[in-house]
Amino acid sequence: MKYLCLIYGCENPEQQLAKPELEKMYSEYFAFTEGIRKSGHYINGNPLQSISTATTVRIRDGKVSTTDGPFAETKEQLGGYYLIEARDLNEALQIAARIPGAKYGSVEVRPIQEMGAPVPQA
Amino acid sequence: MSESAGGRVRDIVDQVYRADSRRVLATLIRLLGDFELAEEALHDAFAVALTQWPQSGVPANPRAWLVSTGRFKAIDALRRRARFDASLATIAETVAERASVRHQAHEDEFEEDRLRLIFTCCHPALRPDAQIALTLREVCGLTTESVAHAFLTSPSTVAQRIVRAKAKIRDAGIPYQVPTGAELPDRLAGVLHVIYLVFNEGYSASSGDALTVQELSTEAIRLGRLLVELLPSNEARGLLALMLLHESRRPARTSMAGELVLLEDQDRGRWNQEQIAEGVALVELALGAPGFGHYALQAAIAAVHAEARRASETDWAQIAGLYDVLLSRDASPVFELNHAVAIAMRDGPAAGLALIDALLARGDLAGYHLAHSARAELCRRLGLNTEAANSYARALTLAKQQPERRFIERRLGELRST
Repeated sequence: MKYLCLIYGCENPEQQLAKPELEKMYSEYFAFTEGIRKSGHYINGNPLQSISTATTVRIRDGKVSTTDGPFAETKEQLGGYYLIEARDLNEALQIAARIPGAKYGSVEVRPIQEMGAPVPQA
Repeated sequence: MSESAGGRVRDIVDQVYRADSRRVLATLIRLLGDFELAEEALHDAFAVALTQWPQSGVPANPRAWLVSTGRFKAIDALRRRARFDASLATIAETVAERASVRHQAHEDEFEEDRLRLIFTCCHPALRPDAQIALTLREVCGLTTESVAHAFLTSPSTVAQRIVRAKAKIRDAGIPYQVPTGAELPDRLAGVLHVIYLVFNEGYSASSGDALTVQELSTEAIRLGRLLVELLPSNEARGLLALMLLHESRRPARTSMAGELVLLEDQDRGRWNQEQIAEGVALVELALGAPGFGHYALQAAIAAVHAEARRASETDWAQIAGLYDVLLSRDASPVFELNHAVAIAMRDGPAAGLALIDALLARGDLAGYHLAHSARAELCRRLGLNTEAANSYARALTLAKQQPERRFIERRLGELRST
């Protein structure tokens, strides 16, 4: 199955963390990504730019409304993601627990709904 | 065939249902890879048994017969549905193939399947209340109505919790597996925690009029036994011992009028000696080997109480010492409160009161009625009646369970009349 690991944490770690800590985090991410590439779990993954660059779009009464900022203002913000391939949720959770962001913030693990597969019945 | 013979077969089917339906379900879930499908298959298999067994006789191995009948019924049903909905055809064939391969390879895996079911129902990715509801429903076979009754909620709420949990198991890919290696200790702790919550809900229902919902405690002990039998570990033994030792006091915990009786006032002659003996033996086994934890230590404390023939003979020094060990491993405020009470019993109420006041000042237990009633009791023993009344009044605002409320009200009445 495919799982999307959404990494939530403080905004702008570059400003919140001291330089050695930041470098440590970058090298942890580098090592983690290399690890899951080699083990065949990696599909895709990227950090996101800061929420100051976010724009939210909605259509209401047929009109597009565009607002500055993220969908929701929360303490922890979506900062990046990995799309992984895992045997089941247990394996996905083990991989997610190794994402460095899990130590600094939280990682939400969501299964991808495969299109073409039967839609789950409620 | 005579009517009485038919009745006998029906009794046998009932008996097999009670003894084995959860085992059959656990195996069908593995074979079919789906909770809903497995439950339908289970019911179909028993329906077939009711019509076939009176004619053909009860099979030599009813459990294997039910698994195999349920499996065929499920595959049949899927194929029938596939005739109307082509998108189901591949699913039906996949299930059929998988079920036949797994069936041949794992005929002897019944017991492992029961563990798979427990670990899946107690998966940490499910909400805690859903873990409890699912465990009681699927592993213990309680009806949705009894689960709802025990937790003072509506059957539709429980049903919804269970439906959502099953949907998450399927859609998020929660595997039907017993965790191994590094994963096992934490997952086992999660399962033990669910069992302990079920037990506690049965032993001292958190609110409402009935002091005990005994069925839940009985189920929790049964689950504890199952775990000790299938996956022996010292913490599972410790938990089973703890539950047995608490359960042994049940007959003495409430008066004829349904009032709460404190440990020190209980008629110890009414304690269940069989459960005490089993509990004590399990504690000794658990503490005699590495890998025991807080359940075994709490059970050891319960065993010290159980071994005192009179409340005045309780070895409080040993209990205080066991709480020291417990706190050094697991600094829970509730353990600290119990430790303070043990110190009060060993060194006098003033020493205990100082500890409880420090604990309450930290704020952790400010909303816990037992912390206030323990404080009230120590104040009462020191002759500080106004302080005692204030703490009982605070406890009364926090206590939800009727027998406990009536107990506090009685104490308040006594204090005000002196």
